[in-house]
Amino acid sequence: MIEAKGVYFRYPNGVEALRDATIRIDDGELVAIMGPNGAGKTTLVKHFNGLLKPTKGEVFVDGVNTKEVSIASLARKVGYVFQNPDHQLFCESVEEEVAFALRNFGFDEAEVERRVTWVLEFFELTPYKRKSPFTLSVGERKRVTIASIIAWNPKVIILDEPTLGQDYFQKEKLRDFILRLRKRGGTVVLVTHDVEFVSELKPRIVLMADGRVMADGPAESILTDRAILKEASIFPPQIAQVFLELVNVGLPKGVINVEDAKGALLRLLRSMRS
Amino acid sequence: MSFLDVLEGLRFKKASSPIHKLDPRVKFALALSLSTLALAFKELLALIALFTAHVPLILLGGVIRQWARMMKGASLFAFFIFLTNFLFIHFHPGYAALSPTFVLPISMALRFLTIVGAFSCFFLTTSPDDLGLALERHLVPFTKWLIERVPRLKGAIDPYGLCFAFIASVRFIPTMVEEATSIVDAQRARGLELDRGGLLKRIRGYVPILIPMVINALRRSDELAEAMESRAWGAVKERTSLYELRLKKGDAIVMALTALAFAIAVYVRISIPIPL
Repeated sequence: MIEAKGVYFRYPNGVEALRDATIRIDDGELVAIMGPNGAGKTTLVKHFNGLLKPTKGEVFVDGVNTKEVSIASLARKVGYVFQNPDHQLFCESVEEEVAFALRNFGFDEAEVERRVTWVLEFFELTPYKRKSPFTLSVGERKRVTIASIIAWNPKVIILDEPTLGQDYFQKEKLRDFILRLRKRGGTVVLVTHDVEFVSELKPRIVLMADGRVMADGPAESILTDRAILKEASIFPPQIAQVFLELVNVGLPKGVINVEDAKGALLRLLRSMRS
Repeated sequence: MSFLDVLEGLRFKKASSPIHKLDPRVKFALALSLSTLALAFKELLALIALFTAHVPLILLGGVIRQWARMMKGASLFAFFIFLTNFLFIHFHPGYAALSPTFVLPISMALRFLTIVGAFSCFFLTTSPDDLGLALERHLVPFTKWLIERVPRLKGAIDPYGLCFAFIASVRFIPTMVEEATSIVDAQRARGLELDRGGLLKRIRGYVPILIPMVINALRRSDELAEAMESRAWGAVKERTSLYELRLKKGDAIVMALTALAFAIAVYVRISIPIPL
């Protein structure tokens, strides 16, 4: 469980990125943190694995105050996939890249090999395993970075803009992976602007603006609340927009994805026939 | 205190202090004079005077905090300079007879701090744009003059390109600082510990930081070159500037005072023995 209590954070250049941010994420939850640029999303999640320590307030991971433990020990529990893959890659080959963190955490070589094989297979990176990560496309590089974090199976996974540079099928695969992680009891925290991606996952949504948590609730209610979304400079998903426009003709309000829209339309059609 | 904090000591921040308003050439002459004199003197007393001489400029420029960061970072290197000199002098009887053991090592460390401090003041108070203008203003006529005398250099030197490369490197310091911070965070999030283990392990720990930094810098320079070319960089042989640097009365006074102080210092160096 992650708990941030009244967190304030000021960068050395004087910018106050978090102002009294309070949030609690329980085990097994899927949470999407959304908001405009500069809202403090990345600053907040960097507190979850101790990369940043609050200027005021406290952050607890499984009851442990992040000020009292090292980043390495928190990183074992909380995996963080950075937004830009080029800020992470440095090894000669993809498999070495994935093995880097495993070796840092002291896994034995047999286990390292087993995990590397599994994760490369899962992310369809096996054909590239001996290639230099620098020769891959942006989308492939992003997959390598995700794979390199997933490899040590952290309890919590933070994905910062995971869909950036990913094509439709890779997004689908990522979505499928997130859902599988959840089924296994894993906690996933997404930092994203991609409302369409989020709407299909239907997570709990935390909206941030000006370093504060301005709304927190289920995707169906947050992504259909135009007033709140406008304040956070976010547009509802396209399906939600259609349904919101047609509320007057009897369509329900809380519909945000294809599956829900299909169900709602079928119900409407059936009721019209009968 | 990290290497990234030290770089903050070179980062220009817009302000309207008397030092910020000075012509970049005057500020460069000031920094260069101080550095030259720091190299010319080895006496502790003279170096203390030189170091103290640039502190009012820092105070007037309102950049004391950034300068202090730079000094804090540079003090580590200064300590190594002190240590190396101390060990050589201490274990070499010939040298020990020449100078009291502590004085010369302290002087050498102070010499380094004076040079770093002077140029930190210059970069903290001079915008990259002004720096570019000053460079172009002098490098272009100099290149022309050089080509007139050595015709085979024609086409081999591109003064605008040289100026741009220098200014781009100064301008990208903030970007690189930001990027380096993110790279350090990304590797720490994968269990890399930079502040634990022996010296060799710590040095090895910087490999995952330096490789992405170099690769990104190369990639960025490539992208920048393409972007510049697609915006017709180099299409015009003779460029003009929207703004032109002009020496004002205040600049002339500071320049004259610098020249006078420099001349006095040179006279002292040649003619007057300094006790320490």
